[in-house]
Amino acid sequence: MQTPTLFALLLLLILVAYGTGFSRAVGAARSRGGIRSLASLPNYYGVHTALWCGLPALVILAAWLIFDDAIIRMLVMGGLADKPDSISGQNLLYAQIQNMAAGKLIGEGTPQVAAAAEHLASLRQSGQWLQTALILILSLGLGAFALLQVSPEMRAREKVEKVLRAILMACACAAIFTTVGILMSVLFESLRFFQSVPVTEFLFGLHWSPQMALREDQVGSSGAFGAVPLFTGTLMVSAIAMFVAVPVGLMSAIYLAEYAGNRVRAFAKPLIEILAGVPTVVYGFFAALTVAPFVREVAQSVGLEASSESALAAGLVMGVMIIPFVSSLSDDVINAVPQSLRDGALGLGSTKSETVRKVVIPAALPGIVGGVLLAVSRAIGETMIVVMAAGLAANLTANPLESVTTVTVQIVTLLVGDQEFDSPKTLAAFALGLMLFISTLILNFIALHVVRKYREQYD
Amino acid sequence: MNTMTLSAGEAIPAETKATKPAAEPPSVKNQAVKRPEEIASTVGSPFCDEAKLRMRNVNVFYGEAQAIHDVSLDIGRNQVVAMIGPSGCGKSTFLRCLNRMNDTIEGCRVEGELSLDGEAIYGPKVDVVPLRARVGMVFQKPNPFPKTIYDNVAYGPKIHGIASRRAELDEIVENSLRRAGLWNEVKDRLDKPGTGLSGGQQQRLCIARAIAVSPEVILMDEPCSALDPIATARIEELIDELRQNYTIAIVTHSMQQAARVSQRTAYFHLGKLVEVNDTETVFTNPEHELTEAYITGRFG
Repeated sequence: MQTPTLFALLLLLILVAYGTGFSRAVGAARSRGGIRSLASLPNYYGVHTALWCGLPALVILAAWLIFDDAIIRMLVMGGLADKPDSISGQNLLYAQIQNMAAGKLIGEGTPQVAAAAEHLASLRQSGQWLQTALILILSLGLGAFALLQVSPEMRAREKVEKVLRAILMACACAAIFTTVGILMSVLFESLRFFQSVPVTEFLFGLHWSPQMALREDQVGSSGAFGAVPLFTGTLMVSAIAMFVAVPVGLMSAIYLAEYAGNRVRAFAKPLIEILAGVPTVVYGFFAALTVAPFVREVAQSVGLEASSESALAAGLVMGVMIIPFVSSLSDDVINAVPQSLRDGALGLGSTKSETVRKVVIPAALPGIVGGVLLAVSRAIGETMIVVMAAGLAANLTANPLESVTTVTVQIVTLLVGDQEFDSPKTLAAFALGLMLFISTLILNFIALHVVRKYREQYD
Repeated sequence: MNTMTLSAGEAIPAETKATKPAAEPPSVKNQAVKRPEEIASTVGSPFCDEAKLRMRNVNVFYGEAQAIHDVSLDIGRNQVVAMIGPSGCGKSTFLRCLNRMNDTIEGCRVEGELSLDGEAIYGPKVDVVPLRARVGMVFQKPNPFPKTIYDNVAYGPKIHGIASRRAELDEIVENSLRRAGLWNEVKDRLDKPGTGLSGGQQQRLCIARAIAVSPEVILMDEPCSALDPIATARIEELIDELRQNYTIAIVTHSMQQAARVSQRTAYFHLGKLVEVNDTETVFTNPEHELTEAYITGRFG
């Protein structure tokens, strides 16, 4: 039986198991004087039976699908007398066998390949049978076992809730393991990078030029991997962005939360949030084609040198992009400040602005800080706008009119195109990623901490 | 009127009796409740000679709905006036008219003449900021700012520029806390957050905060409804002391409280002022049948 058919059959079995468990529980209750005599409601008996019937079978099926190919390959390759030593040679041979079995190989293969292909086909055939039999026996057997357990004394609800809890926990673990997995892969590649470039040079070097020559005698054959210009560039662009986003976002939040009437609020808030929905590439166009030339012209008109790609242009547009983050989060926090505090301040004769400045904002401050920190993380991670508007040159400069580059942009340029994954040039991307990961992690940690502290304020 | 010297033990059964009109059979309740148009003009004596606050023919609307119907009332200087009545009868709304706190509610409209020392409260040129400094307010739920105890009390004097030097401010804070009967409890922890105090202390802190700006009138909107009997007793004592210097209007659900702290009592019913009289008269010999029904606990 094909796997999709088997899966559909399994779902059907689960439904049947639910129905049978349900009606069996109701039947058992009838002789005892109604549903009240059951330890749990009948639908819990149904769910309990369905879980026994479906869950182990589904887990086995998933495991089967994951390991199926690897095991078959091991069996096929193990049966070969004459095989190449190198891994790539083995891969090639196995691909040949697979194609032969699928009937896609043009011409005649060697007798060894033909025999292996036949072996593969028969293994697949019997594997399919074994899978179907195993799943159905498991499902029906455990389903019947659960059905026999149905009795008014059985506490089905408690068992079902235990399983539900385990499923919820598994989902939570999936997110955590993904994070750990990403961190590990980045970490190991970074360690490989640090074997060829010292950590100190990477962290404190002032020059970034990640070109590795293919031949010894090439021009610029030695790469320089000082990450300081990248981090200063990131810092500058993010700082400019925050200079735009924090005041504008915060003040628009104050306006929306404290001054605007319901009608203004109802259409202004979604409009501001649309800003968050614009793809960053579009912001990139806007920055590169409109803002950057404008910045250059303004700078030239006051007699300043300005490059046509500048940190200022990228930072300004990034700031606009982040406004909705700051304003939306701050707006929520300001709205969460109890009305009684405003009444208290107004009742003492405060003006509206005194109330906002001296009571509402201080009360909302921890939440606002949390929102701003989240926006900073976003600014640090932003790539597209900087690629398009701030350039690629790793200048160590404090002048916002010059072109700079950021960590994320360099990661992209390092990994674009054909790369060999054992050169420091490529591995540098992982080291940069690790640094970025750590710094945004710290920021998020601070933000979460501040937000948690805020929660304790009114209760 | 007797000042209150009630202990907590006595207060509890009295409170319980007053707040449990639901035990009455509903038929009696329905008999007593009248529709607004059936209530004729206010009985008793709504006016007095030395009026601090003077209200004439006040109507309040929330959008289309009318919350207050044609209420006229005087509140005399250094007098405590209690406003009682069943929930939703408009007594809080009426109280909030006196310092224009209703301005913060969208769609609220106030008609009629209201004056403080003869000056119109709702006049076109009136600035609500100094008005609210003259007419302070204490709310139902204690609402100290999430600041230190000191800053809570100093907030008002600071924004009104009452104290220019730190020493002056210290003095105002101490005096206000003393008058609110809180000084001895908090003098060693003025730099701790006001939200860390107990409910009764928080409410006294709010009273201290209100008197720190030296208002002439203090409005209290059920100041004890969130407090236990002991804290309630402290606040009631305080109200009686404050009467020497301030004019006080208090909304309360507890008739015992009205009887203990006030000189005059106003009974509101469905947005109308039914009866105003000396507190003693209202509670011993009410003129209006609705007042009698309410204070004897036949509905509420």
